[in-house]
Amino acid sequence: MTTRMLGAPVLRTEDPRLLRGEGRYLDDLGQGAYEVAIVRSPHAHARVLDIDVTGALDVDGVVAVYTYEDLPPRLRERLPVLIPHPALTAARTQHVLAAGEVNHVGEAVAMVVARDRYLAEDAANRIHVAYEPLPAVVGHERAASGQLLVHDDIPGNLAATLTQEIGDAPGRIAAAPNRLTFRLDIDRSASTPMETRGVHARWDADDQRLRVHSSTQTPTSVRAVVASYLELPLAQVECVAPDIGGGFGVKIVHPWPEELLVPWAARLLGHEVKFTEDRREHFISANHERGQVQFIDVGFDDDGRILGLDVRLLHDHGAYIPYGLIVPIITSTQLLGPYRITDYRVRFDSLYTNTVPVSPYRGAGRPQGCFAMERTMDRIARHLGLDRTLVRERNLIRPDEMPYDFGLTFQDGRPYAYDSGDFPASLAKLRELADWDGFPARRAAAEAAGRLLGIGMAAYVEGTGVGPYEGGHVQVETTGKVKVATGLSTQGQGHRTAFAQVVADALGVPFEDVEVVTGDTRRFAYAVGTFASRAAVMSGNAIHLAALKVREKALRIASEALEVDVEDLELVDGHVRVVGSPATSIPLGVLATMSNPLRYAFDESARIATQFASPGTTDRPPVAAGESPGLEGTDFYSPLRSTFANGMHAVEVEVDPETSDVRILRYSVVHDCGTLINPMIVEGQIMGGVAQGVGGALYEEMAYDEHGQLLNASFMDFLMPYASEVPAVAVDHLETPSPLNPLGIKGAGEAGVIPGSAALASAIEDAVGVGIDAMPLSPSRLHALRVAADHR
Amino acid sequence: MDRTTPAPEALHDVELTVNGQVRRARVPARRLLSDLLRHDLELTGTHVGCEHGVCGACTVLLDGMPVRSCLTLAVSVSGRAVTTVEGLAAEDGTLHPVQRAFQEHHGLQCGFCTPGFIMTACAFLAEEPAPDAATIRDAMSGNLCRCTGYAGILAAVAGAAEELAGTGVDPRERHRPEGAA
Amino acid sequence: MKPPPFAYHAPRSVEEALTLLAALDGAKVLAGGQSLVPLLNMRLAEPEALIDIGRIPGLDVLEVADGHVRIGAGVTHERLRRDDAVAAVQPLLRRALDLVAHPVIRNRGTTVGSVVHADPAAEMPAVVALLGGTLEVASVRGRRSIEAADLVRGPLESDVAPDELALELRVPVAAPGTGSAFVELSRRHGDYALAGVATEVAVDGGRIVGARATFIGVGTGTAVLDLSPAVAGRDAADLDVVDVAGAVAGFVEPQDDVHADAAYRRHLAGVLAGRAVRAAAADALARAGAGVR
Repeated sequence: MTTRMLGAPVLRTEDPRLLRGEGRYLDDLGQGAYEVAIVRSPHAHARVLDIDVTGALDVDGVVAVYTYEDLPPRLRERLPVLIPHPALTAARTQHVLAAGEVNHVGEAVAMVVARDRYLAEDAANRIHVAYEPLPAVVGHERAASGQLLVHDDIPGNLAATLTQEIGDAPGRIAAAPNRLTFRLDIDRSASTPMETRGVHARWDADDQRLRVHSSTQTPTSVRAVVASYLELPLAQVECVAPDIGGGFGVKIVHPWPEELLVPWAARLLGHEVKFTEDRREHFISANHERGQVQFIDVGFDDDGRILGLDVRLLHDHGAYIPYGLIVPIITSTQLLGPYRITDYRVRFDSLYTNTVPVSPYRGAGRPQGCFAMERTMDRIARHLGLDRTLVRERNLIRPDEMPYDFGLTFQDGRPYAYDSGDFPASLAKLRELADWDGFPARRAAAEAAGRLLGIGMAAYVEGTGVGPYEGGHVQVETTGKVKVATGLSTQGQGHRTAFAQVVADALGVPFEDVEVVTGDTRRFAYAVGTFASRAAVMSGNAIHLAALKVREKALRIASEALEVDVEDLELVDGHVRVVGSPATSIPLGVLATMSNPLRYAFDESARIATQFASPGTTDRPPVAAGESPGLEGTDFYSPLRSTFANGMHAVEVEVDPETSDVRILRYSVVHDCGTLINPMIVEGQIMGGVAQGVGGALYEEMAYDEHGQLLNASFMDFLMPYASEVPAVAVDHLETPSPLNPLGIKGAGEAGVIPGSAALASAIEDAVGVGIDAMPLSPSRLHALRVAADHR
Repeated sequence: MDRTTPAPEALHDVELTVNGQVRRARVPARRLLSDLLRHDLELTGTHVGCEHGVCGACTVLLDGMPVRSCLTLAVSVSGRAVTTVEGLAAEDGTLHPVQRAFQEHHGLQCGFCTPGFIMTACAFLAEEPAPDAATIRDAMSGNLCRCTGYAGILAAVAGAAEELAGTGVDPRERHRPEGAA
Repeated sequence: MKPPPFAYHAPRSVEEALTLLAALDGAKVLAGGQSLVPLLNMRLAEPEALIDIGRIPGLDVLEVADGHVRIGAGVTHERLRRDDAVAAVQPLLRRALDLVAHPVIRNRGTTVGSVVHADPAAEMPAVVALLGGTLEVASVRGRRSIEAADLVRGPLESDVAPDELALELRVPVAAPGTGSAFVELSRRHGDYALAGVATEVAVDGGRIVGARATFIGVGTGTAVLDLSPAVAGRDAADLDVVDVAGAVAGFVEPQDDVHADAAYRRHLAGVLAGRAVRAAAADALARAGAGVR
């Protein structure tokens, strides 16, 4: 019996062991390992004059203490610039341990290895570092002014400036009947997964192999970097992602200093070493994102159609720039959203500050772009006295204009061209789901009772499924079980379930018989990583293609064995059988056995594959030229370019007129991610994203003072939402399959978070009648805005 | 900054009944209950997310009452009973009704915060067997989750309440599948 | 974030605890640990020794006697909160405790511990300051009662000496004709409040005859604001609180911090005080109507 798995809300196979507490997260591993504590800079900018470790060596249980001076030459080199770009002319990355200077609070200065973390922290506290504090550069405008420098040899604190343009934005704006210029500010937040970073390493002296476990979104690249910096052949290094307690982008950056130091120490000491980051460390040494200042100049006609858009972005990327320009490039392009804009210019300056470096956090620059565009749409509507959905409607790209190529370059280096989507249909669905037209009546009723209500919306387009590729390996074992591997790793997205669904359909096997492994270089060594909402698109399709190879081979072997044409065979329930004659069938496990000609029957089931067992043809070799033994297949999916998902959110809020406290009454999501492998998993991704969007809009920020001290480096003061802060969410789907890949999938991982700040700003503005140009928005800030507006 | 040589740490005998079994360890006074469970007893189902008592990932039951194990010194609870997530599923691995409900309602994604939520839910349902949605939301608003947006978690607790209603089962106890002794 | 090393003692009697407190320099009392252990984990406190009072019998007294609620040092917030006999005679305790952190913290944290810790953002010290009452403390030098008004010296600093152990808090029961309320606004469920108000209101013949308030989060410590001038004589059933905000604005001394600026806190305190006084007035009428003594 075969039920179609693709599109089914199958319960996750990951769950039982996780629910029983049998997950194996990084800190659960290596119970006997030495543990690490890192001495971190308390200053945002300082010279390191001296490091006195003598006090640490007295602590019972300390194994070793390392500073920059102890490192071999290769480890003294700076960390790599992961994504170079021609415009990135002044790239600076950090050293593994500070080499004479520190540039953000939290930067690693020394490493202690001890019997356990308690002792390691004791020792770390006894290390005396003499600093000469230097002035700290904090804030976009301080950085841009260049009066104080983060790095002495980088003038203006400018790592890169990049302009992209199409048409003649300045000209069209100048000639437009209407024009608005304004500024927007978005503050930093961070991924903040529940599990912090961690790395464990074991050097096997017998096998001369290094095994690294890391809570990473890219085991293959960590493996390569470790091999490179430790000067080991790649074949001697393996990297495995254990169960990972959330990533959301922060775990794509690599190598962390600890990801190099821990394997190096493990080899040096001949003993397992483990680093588990604590929460305070995470706040001050794991990357942040979202901070931008945006200057918008827009020209539009009396119907609200945008004629020209000129945007300038200041992007604060922190003390170092390991991830290159990806985030502001994404902002620059994704800012355009679902709108037909022919005359557009965007320039960003990526600036150094003495703060934690910036790299992608779920959304990766898209929330900022969405904020810019959607605030612009609202302002246009307000200026013209038009309904906000109407103004958007007039600017939407229509389905018959697909594919729509803007003529810009996306973050994958390829054309920024939308392949599919029905934006007008999405908007219509949203209006209905949110009962947009019924709102004026709701507002009036509330007003009569002294309550302030507002409604807002935001739309976005999300480039997903970025290349260069992912791969899949599918193998039918002689038992009939199917083993699947792909190289990217998993942080809760349900890959093992979703990819098993793909294989179950492609191979006609029971879902329960498929087992998927992700993120283990021993099982699959060619991969890129989990980011940019790409896993389902990339690995999903690669695994599908690999499964098809297996399918084709199984049918071929069965065809020969049964002496029936391939066209007359079908794959059902783990068997190849003759169409219309189901009794004539061969189990896939037997086909697997037969696919590997044997000399030695190692057990009963293997006998059929030995040379005397069946009368094979003797005019052909047992393994034909170009063939391989085994019923397995490997394939890769490499996209021509990204595929574009889209969505729209609407939110209804109530603002307490006295306290300015904001309560979300209703949150509506319309979402199009193409083909859904598992709707339950997709919906979970959306819900999680919405919570982060709400968090980023109303609660979360990284509060740096002017000295570069992070004032809220704990969960007490960095306000991640609890259930009480997250509204119930109504979701409706549109499914416009991607024409760019065999399964028609677009990514879903980041969708929920992208329009959060824009939609909430829109709604709160609507409630209080005061312009909202900066997020996040607390009751205190909203109160100040309202007071200022009253006094104007 | 202390420059004197630190004295060797005194060790204390701690005895706990963990998931019905008497367990012993000899640990310094400063050993947190979370670390004793995870490292001295190798029960790694309880997770550590913050060590300042806010995220709830470390929540276990102490004499049936939910507490933050990261804010509990193991020595201060010696002699008492602790229930962790490993104490819920049946001996044969069959999921406890609360665990099953989490699976059925997609109440977990990465699974890191999940044991803390499950222990909180078990204690909550023991007190409030028939909660309404608002009460559930309130009770679950002391644990952080970054993956799910809470919708699946709240649905799971409601589902578990329904499942357990009228059975007389104490959700804090190890599950006994039907027919088992 | 692991605690630094410390010596640990678990005395089995008050006398033993007092002897240890006298003998050991730099010792801290461990009750529920919900305030202390986070400080230890972050190494913001590095005591030489901890004296765990969790095994001392007799510290868990919780009863109503002689017009007071007696709360022993070992009584957890949650146990106090749930006690119906206590809630009947002094409802402000439960009202405030409903807002303290989360149930899981209340399961371990003690009310006496919270009062001695004297966190200006914490609800219970403000409640004690408002209701009056005494804290019974002991040392090898003898016993004494600290009046509520003298209990808190400053933020995180109580009048309890380093060698003293707090044994019991005594809080008066609600007088007839009074009502109370605790209103606060926090960013998230269970967070420290941006501002909060505890208030007690006296009603006679349907009119307000007195109103007092203490605050959290706005720099007033345990000072009590007499709001009577703002509301005396007014109809308790639909209390006009228009003058409350002005009285509050002049009284509070809030600071800017990452969560709110001072101007907002001042404004918020006024708004919440108005709401609290209204709620307390309604409570007073309800209690009088129900014949609660």
